[in-house]
Amino acid sequence: MAEIVIKGVAKDFGAFTALHSVDLTIADQEFMVLLGASGCGKTTLLRIIAGLETPSQGEVWIGGRRVDHLPPRARGISMVFQNYAVFPHLTVFENIAFGLRMAKVTGTEVDRRVRRTAELMHIEQLLKRYSGELSGGQRQRVAVARALAMEPDVILMDEPLSNLDALLRLEMRAELKGVLAESKTTTIYVTHDQVEAMSLADRISVMNGGYIVQADRPTEVYRNPAARFVGSFIGNPPMNFLPAKSEGAGRWHVAGQSFAGPQGSAAEFAIRPEDLHPSDTGLSAEVRVVEPLGPHTLVTAQVAGQPFRAVLDSDRHITPGEVITLAPVPDRIRWFDPETQKAIA
Amino acid sequence: MPRALPYLLLLPASLFLLVFFFYPFGLVVVESLTRGGEWTTENFTRMTGHWKFAPAFWNTIWLTAIVVPVQLIMALTMASVVQKLKTGRSGLLYIFAIPLGISDLAAGLIWLAIFEQSGFLNSIFHAFGIIDRPTLYLGYQNMWVIFLAVVLAEIWRATAIMMVIIVAGMGLIPKEYSEAAEVFGASRWQRFTRVTLPLLRPSLQTALILRILMAFEVFAVVMALGGTTLPVLMGETFQWQFQLQDRGVAAAYAMVILGLSVAFSLVVLRLLHVPKGARI
Ligand SMILES: Nc1ncnc2c1ncn2[C@@H]1O[C@H](COP(=O)(O)OP(=O)(O)OP(=O)(O)O)[C@@H](O)[C@H]1O
Ligand SMILES: [Mg+2]
Repeated sequence: MAEIVIKGVAKDFGAFTALHSVDLTIADQEFMVLLGASGCGKTTLLRIIAGLETPSQGEVWIGGRRVDHLPPRARGISMVFQNYAVFPHLTVFENIAFGLRMAKVTGTEVDRRVRRTAELMHIEQLLKRYSGELSGGQRQRVAVARALAMEPDVILMDEPLSNLDALLRLEMRAELKGVLAESKTTTIYVTHDQVEAMSLADRISVMNGGYIVQADRPTEVYRNPAARFVGSFIGNPPMNFLPAKSEGAGRWHVAGQSFAGPQGSAAEFAIRPEDLHPSDTGLSAEVRVVEPLGPHTLVTAQVAGQPFRAVLDSDRHITPGEVITLAPVPDRIRWFDPETQKAIA
Repeated sequence: MPRALPYLLLLPASLFLLVFFFYPFGLVVVESLTRGGEWTTENFTRMTGHWKFAPAFWNTIWLTAIVVPVQLIMALTMASVVQKLKTGRSGLLYIFAIPLGISDLAAGLIWLAIFEQSGFLNSIFHAFGIIDRPTLYLGYQNMWVIFLAVVLAEIWRATAIMMVIIVAGMGLIPKEYSEAAEVFGASRWQRFTRVTLPLLRPSLQTALILRILMAFEVFAVVMALGGTTLPVLMGETFQWQFQLQDRGVAAAYAMVILGLSVAFSLVVLRLLHVPKGARI
C-alpha cells in the first residue's frame, strides 16, 4: 500500500513562491500525471515528495506514514530525474544496478533485474558503455531503467520520455504503462505532452503558477475543465472563448447569437474546436487560415473580433476570406466566471 | 584558422622551456653519469655508499608517506565542509590559503620559533609547570621530535594547496549526482565514496601529484627545524653540491628525486585513471 497524500504543501524560494498550498491525494497503484507549463512547479513538487527539497509548509504522507522529515532513502521511492543524473563514472549496467547494490540485493538478482529492465527500455546492448558514450535519449532510458529496477512502491518520473523520437516514445509509453500496472506501482509522472498525459493517466493534475487547478480523469479534464486555464492549456488546438452578455433568465448573448446558459450576471462562453460544425444558423466566422491535417481541416477564423478555431471535416472545401456559420454542439458548451476564471456548473 | 597557428603561438613558450629547462636538465643527467669527462656510474655508487644515503632516502619516503595521506584526508574533509557552506565560503578559503603565501623556509622558521629552546612550547609548558627549565626538543637525541615537527610544519604549510584544488574539483560536480545517489539509497558516507570521490579523480590526480612532488623535494623546513640532523634527499643534494663540492654525486641525488617523482606520478595516474567516456 503506497497512497501518497500531500497536505497544504507550499514552497518558497526566497521571495518567490513556487508552490502555493498544494493538496493532492494519489491512490495506491494510481497513475497520476502532472501536467503544466514550464516553470509551474512540477519538478519542485516532485522533489518535495522525494525529499530532495523541504517544503516551507505542509505535510507529505506515503503509505500512511508521514515522511516530510525523512531523508529520501527512507521514503521507499525511486525517481527519474528531469536531467537524468546518470552517473558518469559508472557503466550503464552499474548505473541501473546502483540502487540494488545499495539495498544489498544479491548478485544474481541484480543481474536479472538489470537485464530485464534494460531489455524493456531497449538498451541491453549498451550495458558496458559509460554515460559519456550515450545519446540524450539513451541516457534518459538508462535513468528510467535505473528507477524501474528498484521495483519500488512509488515511482516519480520527471519527463522521462521527453528526449525520445515520436515512434520510440509511443512504444516506451505503452511498455511503461504495462510494467507499472503489473508491478502495482504508484506513479507520479510529469510531462508537457498532453497526448502522453491523456494516454497514460488514471488522473491528471493540471498545474498553473504553483497551484493545482484540477485533478481528475483525463476525459473529465478535457470535457469539463474546472478553470479557464485548463481549457486553454489542454487540447490542441485549445478551447475557444467568447465574451457573453447576460440577457437575463439564463440566456446569454454571444457574438450575435443567443444561447442558454447559467444564471448570473457575468460569464464567458467556451467551446472546443471539434465541437463546432458548419450549419445554417450559428456563429458567423470570417476564415483567416485553412490548414488541412489529413482527417480534419483546422480553420482559424475571427468571431466577433476574437480569434476562433474550428476542426472541421476535410471533405468540405473552405477558402480564406470566406464567411462561414458554425454551430456549437449544445451540450458541449461550457461557461466560465470571468472574475474567478472557474467553471460555472 | 590555419592549422599551424596554435603551434606557432605555443612556440615561444616551448622554446623557453627547451632552452632554460631541458637543456640544463640534460646537463644534470650528463653530470650524474660522468666523472672527469668519463662515462661512469661511480657517482651513484659513491652516493649509495655514503652512510647518509639510506637515512636520507627513507626519511624522505616516510615523510611523504605520512604527510601526504594525512593532508589528503584533511583536505577532503575541509573541502567537504567548505562545500556545504552557503555564506562565507570564499572568506574561509582565503583564511585556509594563508599558509600558501608563506615560503617553506619561513614556515620552517615559524615552527622553529615554537619548538626551539626559548620557543613558545617551552614557555607554555613552563608556565603550566609541566617542565621546570627550558628543554631542547630539536636535538639529535630526539630525532622523532624533529621528524614530528617537520610533519606538523609540512601539514600546516601545504594542506591548503590540496584543499583549494579539491574545492574547485567538487564545485565542478553537479549536485544532481549526489541527489540521485541519495534517492537510490546511498548513505552520506556511501555518497562520498561511491559518487563524490570517483567523480573527483581528475582533481585528486592533480592535487596528489603536485603534493607528492613537493614532498620529495622537502628541504627548507627540514633545514630550519633540524639542520642536517634529519637527512633528506634534497638536503643531501645541497650538501654534496655546496659543502662537499661534488657536483657529480649531487646530480646523482637529483636523479634519484626525479626517478621517485616520475614513478609515483605514474602510480597516481594509473590508480586514479578515468576511462574514456566516464568523465563528467
Ligand atoms: N532552487 C531554486 N531557487 C529558486 N527558484 C527556483 C528553484 N527551483 C525552482 N525555482 C523556480 O520555481 C519555479 C518552478 O520550478 P520547477 O522546476 O518546479 O518548474 P517545472 O514545472 O518543473 O518546469 P519545467 O517544465 O520547465 O521543468 C520556477 O519558476 C523556477 O524558476
Ligand atoms: Mg521540471
